[in-house]
Amino acid sequence: MNFNKKSPWILHYDGSSCNGCDIGVLACLTPLYDVERFGVINTGNPRHADILLLTGSLNAQNIPVVQQIYDQMPEPKVVAAIGICATSGGIFAECYNVVGGVDKVLPVDVYVPGCAARPQAIIDGVVKALSILDEKQNALKGR
Amino acid sequence: MLLAIKVILIIILTPLAGGLLAGFDRIISARLQGRKGPPLLQPFYDVLKLLQKETIEVNASHRFYVYVSLLFIVFTAIVMLLGGDILLTIFVLTLGSIFFVFGGYASQSPYSVIGAERELLQMMAYEPMVFMTAAGLYYVTNTFFIKDIISRDIPAIVYLPAIFLGFVYILTFKLRKSPFDLSVGHHAHQELVQGISTEYSGRALAAIEVTHWYESIIAMAFVYIFFAANSVISHVVALIVCLVVYLFEIIVDNSTVRVKWQMALTSAWVVSGVLGILNLAVLFFFEF
Repeated sequence: MNFNKKSPWILHYDGSSCNGCDIGVLACLTPLYDVERFGVINTGNPRHADILLLTGSLNAQNIPVVQQIYDQMPEPKVVAAIGICATSGGIFAECYNVVGGVDKVLPVDVYVPGCAARPQAIIDGVVKALSILDEKQNALKGR
Repeated sequence: MLLAIKVILIIILTPLAGGLLAGFDRIISARLQGRKGPPLLQPFYDVLKLLQKETIEVNASHRFYVYVSLLFIVFTAIVMLLGGDILLTIFVLTLGSIFFVFGGYASQSPYSVIGAERELLQMMAYEPMVFMTAAGLYYVTNTFFIKDIISRDIPAIVYLPAIFLGFVYILTFKLRKSPFDLSVGHHAHQELVQGISTEYSGRALAAIEVTHWYESIIAMAFVYIFFAANSVISHVVALIVCLVVYLFEIIVDNSTVRVKWQMALTSAWVVSGVLGILNLAVLFFFEF
């Protein structure tokens, strides 16, 4: 039996977000939505995290940071791109410094579009990420 | 044979009780913050998940220290709950904490090194009071054996109220609760990330969690010793007091902010110095 679904620990990284989606992510932890009901903890530490939530588009400066954070996370792990900037670059896609969405660098499992992504949508995205995490866990066992 | 069964029961039941206490802690904390909170069994789900995850090895030795720490803490729990020597309990408990500090120093992450240094300072802060507790209990009961201390006519709290208050003060360090959660924490700390446990993942992190469950029960057992005597009612009272003290620690955890290490160290020493020495002096002069 897998316990990922019972205890998803989250790491949140702000690429070059306008803070709209970040506030959405943090709002999930407040008493109104209280995702700790489902065992979600905002760890702030890649070594402890299961799910990487990325907000904002990627630019030349934060690509190595994002890659390092991803490499530091233990298997199994999933990446969720939160907000339209993280999914495709959004309105910043044409900027000279912006590379595009998170999927240019990391294998993204869940896309949560929206500007800004609403907390309900983010929770929905995390739930989808959990079933992918479960599949990855089973794949690891089979290896 | 009976001893072997008792030891196995202690090894299994202590973390179960500690995990339930941690789950209770998280629910009460959530309610204090106006949230619903996780299910009671959440700490067990967390550890079971961590056991299934990849364990990243930062270097050859850093996981070793955490497992040795767990081993010593388990030994402490066995000695303590079998009613053994309180001095041995304290020394082995300290040894377990020291190995945990080594675990922090072992990885080169600045966060875990800062955490390890703060943990050493915390140990300096709380150890005097722990020894004062053992000294006070010996002065009152003339024995270091826990099973003799808790089988007297009058519970130790009657003679050692000030030492008990001092012990509750340093209990905050032992339970890793605010305002003294300087070295390691479940909640993300701005300057420290997760302190000593920053570089640990998977099974090693699960071992740290289980160690903490054992430690909470050991800390509560110290509280128990103060109140237990040879009547059944005193043991019931002791259990209730343990729960009340833990509830008090949760409320303190949620209503205070983290202090700087200077404040933690000086306040702990002032409290242990004043309360501990006052209590021992009164006992000495009035010859109880």
